[in-house]
This record gives sequence, structure tokens and C-alpha cells, in this order.
Amino acid sequence: MTVTGHGGDGPAGNGAAALPDGVQGGLPPRSKEAHKLDRVVIRFAGDSGDGMQLTGDRFTSEAAAFGNDLATLPNFPAEIRAPAGTLPGVSSFQLHFADYDILTPGDRPDVLVAMNPAALKANIRDLPQGGILILNTDEFTKRNLTKVGYSSNPLEDGSLGGFQVHEVAMATLTRGALEETGLSKKDAERAKNMFALGLLSWMYNRSTEGTERFLREKFRRRPEIAEANVLAFRTGWNYGETTEAFGVTYEVAPAKLPPGTYRQITGNLALAYGIVAAGQRSGLDVFLGTYPITPASDVLHELSKHKNFGVTTFQAEDEIAGIGAALGASYGGALGVTTTSGPGIALKSETIGLAVMTELPLLICDIQRGGPSTGLPTKTEQADLLQAMYGRNGEAPVPVLAPSSPADCFDVALDAARIALTYRTPVLLLSDGYIANGSEPWLLPDLAELPDLRVPFASEANAPDGSGEFWPYLRDPETLARPWAVPGTPGLEHRIGGLEKSDGRGDISYDPDNHDRMVRIRQAKIDGITVPDLEVDDPSGVADVLVLGWGSTFGPIGAACRRVRAAGTPIAQAHLRHLNPMPSNLGDVLGRYRRVVVPEMNLGQLATLLRARYLVDVVSHTKVAGLPFKAEELQMVFDQVLQEVHA
Amino acid sequence: MTTVDLGLPSIGGTAGVPTTDEKQTAKSFTSDQEVRWCPGCGDYAVLAAVRSFLPELRLKRENTVFVSGIGCSSRFPYYLNTYGVHSIHGRAPAIATGLATSRSDLSVWVVTGDGDALSIGGNHLIHTLRRNVNLKILLFNNRIYGLTKGQYSPTSEQGKVTKSTPVGSLDHPFNPVSLALGAEATFVARAMDSDRKQLTEVLRAAAEHRGSALVEIYQNCPIFNDGAFDVLKEPGERERRIVPLRDGEPIRFGPEGEFGVVQDGFELRVRRVSEVGEDAVVVHDASRTDPGYAFALSRLGGQDLEHTPTGIFRSVSRPTYDDLAREQVRQAQESRPADLAALLRGNDTWQVPG
Repeated sequence: MTVTGHGGDGPAGNGAAALPDGVQGGLPPRSKEAHKLDRVVIRFAGDSGDGMQLTGDRFTSEAAAFGNDLATLPNFPAEIRAPAGTLPGVSSFQLHFADYDILTPGDRPDVLVAMNPAALKANIRDLPQGGILILNTDEFTKRNLTKVGYSSNPLEDGSLGGFQVHEVAMATLTRGALEETGLSKKDAERAKNMFALGLLSWMYNRSTEGTERFLREKFRRRPEIAEANVLAFRTGWNYGETTEAFGVTYEVAPAKLPPGTYRQITGNLALAYGIVAAGQRSGLDVFLGTYPITPASDVLHELSKHKNFGVTTFQAEDEIAGIGAALGASYGGALGVTTTSGPGIALKSETIGLAVMTELPLLICDIQRGGPSTGLPTKTEQADLLQAMYGRNGEAPVPVLAPSSPADCFDVALDAARIALTYRTPVLLLSDGYIANGSEPWLLPDLAELPDLRVPFASEANAPDGSGEFWPYLRDPETLARPWAVPGTPGLEHRIGGLEKSDGRGDISYDPDNHDRMVRIRQAKIDGITVPDLEVDDPSGVADVLVLGWGSTFGPIGAACRRVRAAGTPIAQAHLRHLNPMPSNLGDVLGRYRRVVVPEMNLGQLATLLRARYLVDVVSHTKVAGLPFKAEELQMVFDQVLQEVHA
Repeated sequence: MTTVDLGLPSIGGTAGVPTTDEKQTAKSFTSDQEVRWCPGCGDYAVLAAVRSFLPELRLKRENTVFVSGIGCSSRFPYYLNTYGVHSIHGRAPAIATGLATSRSDLSVWVVTGDGDALSIGGNHLIHTLRRNVNLKILLFNNRIYGLTKGQYSPTSEQGKVTKSTPVGSLDHPFNPVSLALGAEATFVARAMDSDRKQLTEVLRAAAEHRGSALVEIYQNCPIFNDGAFDVLKEPGERERRIVPLRDGEPIRFGPEGEFGVVQDGFELRVRRVSEVGEDAVVVHDASRTDPGYAFALSRLGGQDLEHTPTGIFRSVSRPTYDDLAREQVRQAQESRPADLAALLRGNDTWQVPG
């Protein structure tokens, strides 16, 4: 029988119990009954040192290689190693995989793997009744239970009665299996995450070859550790196969996605690749000036590996120097890029203003996290929108774009680079922790179809008075962009800077009328940027309520809209990639609906902009919990709005 | 941790910058902008010295860039007919680092002041110096904030009465040369705005140096701190206070050359040569690898300018950040093709059939 999740909420199908399709990996054929599922949500939870992110990543890779659609949600503390076994030290990785296209990492897990009491306590409230709970019993000692405030052992006090509990002594079993390897007890126990992965791989009929290959590659300098991990992994697999505790396995068939070649990708990786691609497509060297900050540092790590693409990475002494160096490189004719999170944007503001004034291309990536101040470094939020729009002194308009999913970061990076290079302006790209660390399958793009980002440097004097002078602020009538005249070009020597310029000639000017004109020209240049029209998804064509989102809320909003539609009510969805300037048809779109709902992970920043600009009293739904919306909660919000509208 | 020795040859400061046979003069380097410093400002003298000196380098004018921060001295780029960026307060070294790293064919100069470089921009200055980016940094020190009209600066003497310190400043001042040497700058020098000959010599050596060159220029502000360096200019006083540094020569000074610098434990001190003997006088060697010697020299002069060494304190060779960064990119480009399709594909792909 095919069921949705493990008793989940999707449309259930019919069918006979099926046997597994044969041999998995290099392991013996399996003997147990397999149930078909259309989707599953698994959450691995353990101590920060337990390797839960790696475990989740591996399972994700296997699901991807198998052809499932998937979405992931890593969730970890800001502390590198909080005290072991404590609630603040719990790290988790949630993975949603399915045989159809899915939009979110899932509201609730069907399966919770808890490696210790802290992981159980921190996550059990998310597991629905009847859900599968796999516990590493070795860690359920009196001391560990006390540490997280359990007065009695949940394994014994009946509090887990509503779940399908599997008690597995993972550490003991792993240690036992590795006895012969000569590894220390401590080292052997560290492989227990691979035991858990092996067990889950067995449960969900996943191939084992990929993981074994991965482990041997990862630990290639320490083959004994590699083999120990492989052994632990196989032990977990065999444990599922041979013990009676696990009576059934589950199968989730490959998803029917558009044809092509896919890979799995996180948002930060896609962003880094987008930046490399922008360099290639523009024919420019890329210069990343940056400073490490969570959750943006992975973009620096990734780009530092790709020097062969003409990418220079500069880890500066601070955020300000990072963007300063990037702007210096842009002045010299490179594609200057800086990456950061909200606190870094605060520090970079003055240099963004200089880039606005000097009208040089610059790509500024803000991987948003919980704020204000240091806030929640490892959690997600989208509360930097107004900072991106207005967080500078003076009238300093900057184009703002936001990717809607991990893979979308690639396209948006290219689009942001297009705008920066074409219009000679700093551009802000607003990603966030959710899509930065989350992953999904990515249909590899056709390189020939990537945009051509080449722009010419100025090479000749341009003064309209025939004087043979070079006027650095004489504009292209179409784009209003000024010429990009890089040092080394004879005859175009000129001086630019933060002081106001005279229109055209670009000399310092304190003239009141000139300043008024220049402020308006800089604004008009940004307002005139070509962005595609907003497309509305409304399969019914008759919806009278529109949900409008931006950034990483795309998945949860889409999933919630599907649920509303599945229940028979039309609802329209649209998503803004371009926050500044907004698509020119946005006003018309907003006017077509009786009610517009705007869900945001802030206190209503886009809603504020829409109300101010279009005088539309949108319904603002907000949450700032450091976690993405759940489809279920948005569905309830949409249902309520629909009821009010149709009452 | 592993390190990679890139084995770069030792090359001059302007290597890689295109040269020209065209006749250049101070006028060729003069822009059409009206100079707007106060009458009598020391900046005029420095501007004149730089305009006359630049033609010596025979570099193409378009391959010279001046980057400045904010302050009176930071208006400098507007008055030179080269490329120029008048950036934001304290950040010129950062912007110049990006430019110099991405463009090996440019001669990049930074013009800054004591407030710009040592207060708001202190962090960028020390990190630029430790990285040894191939930049020539001209630090105009007038020991006051001029553009904001007369507050004390990080080089103002303690107790200074200014608009913001009506009963005297409390801060202990920086010695910019000591600070630069503490950051292990590879080239550190000091000159006076009024001594054109020495200033030009120092500029020449700075330009020839591959790596960060910090040149502190004592510069008079006639409006807010007039006469700050008069004791170093008055005949009689001047000879008693200025300690000229000449490579390979004993460090002697005084109206009759009667004073000398001698080693005393870990420190250097001024003594009458007649008392210690000529052999005790330290022979100046700017190429000492350890910055300790140059640092000791920089400590001879306190905030009261009692003894003030001028000239080149330190000039040593160390690979520059920008050369090394470009070399890493070059090696990567040589060893691995830029195959975008392969990069995007990665190692784990799967097919969804049509």
C-alpha cells in the first residue's frame, strides 16, 4: 500500500504490499516486507559533536542520487561545542524526500532519530503521535537524564507510549563491531552516527555504495578510520535486516521531475557557483573581499577553491575592509563581490554609499540571520529588507534581489551581477540561513543559455562639447549608467569619490540645483532597471486572494497554497525576486485581488513597502522564530483570510 | 598547517607598471582642479614635491592611481592628473588593497592623515602593513584635525588644548613610525614638508620598494596647529633635534656633529660623541631583518620632538600580499582549466529521463 508519509496528510493511494526491488548496494538481498511511501521526513538529532549534519548530508546525497525530490533543514547551535549532552548543544538535520516535487523540508518529522536525552527532549514535541522514534539507549543514563531535567527515564515511564519506539544501543553495538579494529573505545564510539545512518539506509532501501565511497574518500589519509566508519555503517544496516525489532522497510520511489541532469545543492554553494559563472559570463576576474561571519562564510570557503576561474578571495581584517577591497577591485575593472550577514551590512553601509556615489558595480550578498545585533547567528530570518533598502545616509538607492530557494541562488547571483555591471551600481542580494544551508535537487543549467554579462569599459573621450575631455558622469541615455573607465586607460584619467559631482563632468560640486538633480538621477537609474514582470500562479484562474512573498518563504507558501487548493479553494501565489525596483506590473497584480496576504519572517517589512508604495492594505502575517514557516500554519492563515473574504 | 613557498624573485616597486618615453613634467601631473587648501598649508609643499617627483618614475600617467580617505590631505588626488579615488574616512588602505591586488600594472599610492590613518583607519593601516601590499602610503601628520576645525588627533601631544579638549587632552599619542614598525612594515620613513630634498629622496626610495611603504610627513597646519614643527625648522634648534638617518653612515647630528646615537642595553640613546668615542656610534642599517633596531630608533623622539630621526628607518624585502595572491591565481589557472560545466556538475549527478 502506498501511504503518504508514515500516516501523513497527503492524498493516499491504493496498492498491494510490494517486495523490495532487489539488491541494494553491495549488501545481501533483504528479506523483509517493504511499504511504499510517497514522502518521508526524517530528523536526525544529537549532540553537536555527534556528527548529525554529516549524517543528514549523507542520507540526503543518497536520496538525491536515487532520484527523490528533497529539501533539507539543518538546525544547529551557534556554539561550536556546547557542553556535551545539554539542550543548547543539540544539533539536528531534517530531510524531506518524496516521489513528487516538494517545496519544504517538512513541518514535522515522521521519523526522529535521537542520539541522547537532550536530543529527545528538544525534538519530541515535533514528532506526531504514531511517529517512529529511534533512540540511542546508551546515552540514557541517570546522569544524562538529570542534565536535561528528566526526573524519570522516558524509556521506562510510559511517556513515549504514543510513538513507535525503537530502542537501540548504538554505541555498544558500534563498539562491539569495531572491537577487532584496534581503535580506542572512544574512537570506535564516534562512528555511532554511521551506525544510525546504516540503520536508516536499510529502513528506506537506500543504496550503500555511495556512502561507503564517500567515507573512504573523506578519510583517505586515515584508512583505519574510513574502514571503521564503513563497518559501523554496515553494522547499522545489518542490525535492521537481522533483528526482529524492525519488521518492515519503506520505499520512496524516484520523483517525476523535469528531465535532465540533476545534482543536490545548498544555497551557499549555488551562490558561490553563481558568482563564478558571473565572472565567466562577464569575462571579468572576480574579486571577493570579505570577513568570516555565520552563515555566509561557506561562500568564502567555496570561492577560495576556484582560483582557476580567475577568482581572488581576500579575507580582510574586518567587514569594512572586505567591501572596501571589493570596491577597489571593481574600480580596477574586476567584478567586486562581498559576502556577509546582517551585522556585516551595518558595518559596510558607508562603503555601499560610496559605491552608490561613485557608481561602480559591486555585488553585496547578505545571508540573513536572526537579529538584531548578534541575534541568532545560526538561525534564519528575513529582517534585513528595510536595511537593504534604506540603511544608508542620504538618498542612496540600491537594487535588492532575493533568491527563493537554494538552487535559485545561482540564477539570482547572475541576475544581480547583470544589474551591477549594466547599471554600474552596488546590488544587494538577500539570501538567508534557511536556503543558505538547506539543499534541494538542481536541474543543471544549459551553459549556452546563461545570460551574456559582458559590458564594455570606456576607452575614449566623450565630452559632448568636443573638447576631447573625458566626463566620468556622462550617462548612457538608455540605462543612465556612467562610463566604467578603469585605470590604465590613456586619456581618461579622472578623479571620483564620495563628494557630490557635477552632472556630466563629474567635478566636485556643491551647487544646490546640481545636487537635487544628481539625487534624482541616481534614483531614476535604479527605478529604471529592467526587471521581469511578476508572474502569478493560480491554476484555477479565479482566485480572489493572493499570497505574495519574497525570499526563502517561497517553499512553505507554495506548500500551503497546494493544501488550500487540494481542499477545493482557489488561491493565487506570487513571489518577488526583485524587491528594488519592484516589477512594473506589481501594482496591477495587487489591484486584481480582493485580499493580499504577505507572510514574512520579520515584523512586516515588505508589507510596509507595499502599503507605502501601492496604498494596498495587505494582510501581513509574520513570524520571527528563527525557523522557516510551516506549511500547516500558513494554510491556517490562508484559510482564515479566505473565510473572511468569502463570508 | 602547511605553507607554500612561492619563491618569488625580488623585484622593484614599480615592476609590471608600463613605462613611457614621453616627456613628463610636474605640469603633466597637474589636474585642472583649483587647489583648495588654506594659504600656507604644508600640503602645498608636499603636492609640489610629488608632482615634480612623479615624472622621475617614467610610468604611464594612466597607470598611476592615488587613493585617499577623508581629511584635508585626502583632497590630494583631485590635484593630480592621474586616476584617483577620494574615498571614505580611514578606508583608503582597504580600497587600495583591492585595487593593487587585482591590478599588477598599477602604481598605487595612498594619501592619508594622522586622524584618517591612525584613528578611524588604524585597523586597515596595520593590516595593510603586515600584509605588505605594494602600496605607497603618504601619512601627512599635522597632529590635529583640520577639516573638522581643530580637535586633537591621535598624534597630538598629551595635554593639548583644542576645541574638544579645553582643559587639555588626556590621550597618549601614537608615534606613527613606531606603530608601523610594530606592524612589521617593510619600509618606514619620515620626512618634513619643508625639506623638499629629503622628501623627494624618501619618495624615490618608497616608490622603488616592493611592498608597503609608509612615509610619515610632518606637515604644518597654519590654521589649527600652526608652528607644530617649528622647533624642527629653526636654525640652531633644527640641528640639535633632527637626527638624519643615512644608510651605512654613523648616526651623528648637532650643529657640530657632536651628538651620536649609541646602543645602551636594549635601547638606543643620544650621547656626546666626545664622551663615548666614535666607535660607539651606531652605523645606520635600514635593512636589518628584525624591526627591533628601527623601533629603537623611532623611540629616540618623544611627543616633545626633542630628538627626531628623519629619513628611512627600515627597508627590507619580504614577498608582497598582492604578488602572492596573483601567483596563487596564476598557478591555479595553469594547473586546472576553468571548466564551468564540470564545476557545476560536481561529483554526484543523476538523470531524470524525459
